[in-house]
This record gives sequence, C-alpha cells and structure tokens, in this order.
Amino acid sequence: MSPKPLEEIIEELKSKHQYLTVSETGIMTVPLDKLVGFMQELRDNYHFNYLTNVTAADYLDYFEVIYNVSIVEHPHMLHIKARVERDNPVVPSMVPLWGGAIWQEREVYDLMGIKFESHPDLRRILLDDDWEGHPLRKDYQWEGGREE
Amino acid sequence: MTIRTEEFLLNLGPQHPSTHGVFRILLTLDGETVVKAKPIPGYLHRGIEKLAESRTYTQVIPYTDRLDYLAGMLMNWGYVHAVEKLMNIEVPERAEYIRVIVGELARIASHLVATGAYAGDVGGLTGFIYTFRDREDIMDLFEMICGARLTPSYMRIGGVADDIPEGFIEKCYQFLDYFPSAIEEYNGLITGNEIFQARTKNVAILSAEDAIRMSLSGPVLRASGVNYDLRKVRPYSVYDRFEFEVPLGTKGDCFDRYYVRILEMEQSVKIIRQALDQLPEGPIRGKVPKVIKPAAGEAYAEIESSKGIMGVYVVSDGSTKPYRVHFRRPSFVNLGYLDEMLRGWKIADVIAILGSIDIVLGEVDA
Repeated sequence: MSPKPLEEIIEELKSKHQYLTVSETGIMTVPLDKLVGFMQELRDNYHFNYLTNVTAADYLDYFEVIYNVSIVEHPHMLHIKARVERDNPVVPSMVPLWGGAIWQEREVYDLMGIKFESHPDLRRILLDDDWEGHPLRKDYQWEGGREE
Repeated sequence: MTIRTEEFLLNLGPQHPSTHGVFRILLTLDGETVVKAKPIPGYLHRGIEKLAESRTYTQVIPYTDRLDYLAGMLMNWGYVHAVEKLMNIEVPERAEYIRVIVGELARIASHLVATGAYAGDVGGLTGFIYTFRDREDIMDLFEMICGARLTPSYMRIGGVADDIPEGFIEKCYQFLDYFPSAIEEYNGLITGNEIFQARTKNVAILSAEDAIRMSLSGPVLRASGVNYDLRKVRPYSVYDRFEFEVPLGTKGDCFDRYYVRILEMEQSVKIIRQALDQLPEGPIRGKVPKVIKPAAGEAYAEIESSKGIMGVYVVSDGSTKPYRVHFRRPSFVNLGYLDEMLRGWKIADVIAILGSIDIVLGEVDA
C-alpha cells in the first residue's frame, strides 16, 4: 500500500488538528500535551513506522525536542518539534511507540537533561553516572572549557 | 539430574578486541547462557556536538571524520549535506560525482574492515589480513586525493576540497578491475568456510518487524529483508543516475548481516565504475560565500552511510557558528537493540552477534 503524498498528509493533519503549526519548510510544531496522541496517529493511521531521529536543542528560555519519523521503504519523512519548559523538562517517552527511541532518548537525557516519562531505562549513557550537569545545555560551565 | 549454577556477572571489554573499540558489555550469565546484557558505551565520548557549537561551519568538518573513522568520507558527506540543505546551496555536478566515487570507496573500505574483523571475531584471523591488504589500495587513493588516509576532511560545504589529481582515475579503474577477484577470495576463505557458517547461520535471527521497530538501519536492517536504502528510496546527490541493486538478506541472521556487506561491495564497484565513466567536467565547488553564515533556521538531512542512516540536524542562529548540531549515528541506534539480541545466546555467540552489527565506537560515542 502506498501512502498519500506528503503535502496531502500535512494538509490533512493541519485541518484535523488546530493546534498544529507548520513552517514553510514543513517543520511541524505540536504542543507538548498533544504530542503522544499526535505521534500515535502518525504511526497508526499514516504508517510512519520508523523513528529515525530524536534530539533536542536548548534555547535558554525553553527546550525543543525534535523527532524525525519516516516510512520504511518509502521516501516520506516528517520533522516534528515540541517546546518544553526549561524549569520542568519532562516529555513523554516514545519508546512505547517506537523502540528505536530507547538509546536516543537516553542520550538526550544524558547530555541535555530532559526527562522522558515512562522510558523503561532512563540512565546516563555516554557520561559517568555521577557526572554533574548536562553538557549540551547552553549555560553549562566547565573548568578549562575554551568556549568563546 | 540437572545442574543449576548461580548467575554471575562478566565484564566483556572495555578493551576487548571484539568490541571494535572501547566498549563494555556487562553480561549476566547462567552458565554459558546470556540472561541479560547491559551495553555500556561512553569510553570514547569526546563531546563532538558541543565542540561544534564553538567552531565555524567549516571547522566542524574535521570533527565528522572522527565519528566513523573507518568511513570518514561518508561522515563528511552527511554533515555538509545538512548544511547545504540549511543554506539551499547547489552543488556542481562534478563535485557530486566525485562525492559518489569517494563515498562508495569509503563504503567498501568500511565493509572491508567489517568483513575482516568479523572473520577474526569468529576465529579466522586470516580474513583480517586479506581484507586489510585490499583496503590499503583505497587508502592510497584517498591519500592521492586529499593527503589523508583515515581522516580525509575532503568534502566542503558546496562541493569538495580539490579536484581529482592526475592518475587517480586510472588507479581507481585498476582497483575496480582487481577488486571482484578479491571478493571471490573472501568468499572462498570466509563465506564458504564451514566453521564460519556454523558460527553465524541461524544465530540471532532478527525479524523485519523488530528491525523496523528498533529503528535499525544499514546492512543490519537490510539483512532482515527490509528494502530500505536511502540511495534508492530517497536518492540524494546523483544516485538516481546509477544502476545498482540493494542486496537483501532472507533470514536476518548473523550470516546474512555479514553477506549483505559482501554483496554491497559488489554494488559499490558497479556504482563507482558508472560514476567514473560519466564523470562530467566543470567546477568542483558551488557558489558559496567565503564566510559561511546561514540565515537563522534549521535542517535535518540524511545519507546512507556504510553502517546505516547518518542524519545530521543543524540549527543556525544566523551567526558563523552552528547553534546546535546533532549527529544521528547509525551504530549508536543499532546498538540499542543489543540487549534483546543477546539474550538466550551462548557467550561465544556474543562476539559473533556484536561483530555482525558492525559498530565503530567513535561513532557510537560521538
């Protein structure tokens, strides 16, 4: 079965969900509380069965988590973002939907300090367990750093 | 009477030849059987994503070599491809062809390490010597084109660093003429070897559903019969101009994961020959400003690296340095499945299974 053209999918999603904003380049922004439902819909109704990429960016006032989901054997790929409060950086885990998130979310947690709710094994992955702070945050300070 | 043993923990690595770098697996064993596995990466973590934030866009290129240092060309490509997408830069045709040539050479070089090291992992160290003999030819070609063997930093935003030097094309054709006979040799030495087959066939069978669910990519995914290769599915650069096939496995066992790589090398030879035959004249660098300063915005782009989908996410704040760079590394994501993959297998199989994923720790840790 071949999915609809990407533009059609995006238009359909836009008309179905008023909360959705789509940039010129097709980047979708979803409110955090709608994220799980939206992603579930993508997977179940639009066959986005492959979670390619999970990452996050720090904008000092807030974080953004970024997801790229694709369809295996098909060129479609979507770029989805959600804004996360910096004081309470908690987002729902995508592991129940796509197992491929398991290490990628751990990496984001480790380096950016965003917690993924209901992740089965949220531990640091690249740094020591007793490491303090999250290096990819923009305000991360370290001794001997040569930033700027 | 059955003998019960107590479970015990065994540390495999961090410095074990079969971990292909510094990587530790904490195995919980019941006798020789793996009950569970706790993969522990991070020993080679250098914070490349953080470093990139304090370098200019061009200065980031050499860091990408150090991710998958066995296929540095492809890592360069993934990064410049994303920046080009961010800035809407058009790359001249000749540069795209050169990229395909060196990229596919890098794929072969990387698969040669995978093949040889894998033979070594399951007990046949001779294979290692043979594949490294032939990898040398590719390293010589890289040295000709950019002066470096392992860390080329050859790609530039908008093209490549230099044009092809004199004598490169002839040497490249020579290699293409020779290489199929080398593959035959590997098939005789490794693929057809009974012990090798006994160690790899029907070991750690990975279903297509699991492979997709766990976002596995590259030969590991295709060995399970999933036809997902970005060069075909979402052709970037000039891949749509070449005829080649995407080799698939039927079973998804360790043997398939090994053999798909052998078949992919044959296809790469085909691609390089076509690219050399069609190589157009023209500039090797597009219209790119001296100082790279993308408008504020973001982009995510992917290429098919030797180990799977290499994705790069770049955010620009309008300055000369990237605000955020993220590398989606295929080895890293592929390893996320290791625990489940190892459960129930014997300790000797652990090496065969880990080797079949073909990880490189520079890329896992970033």
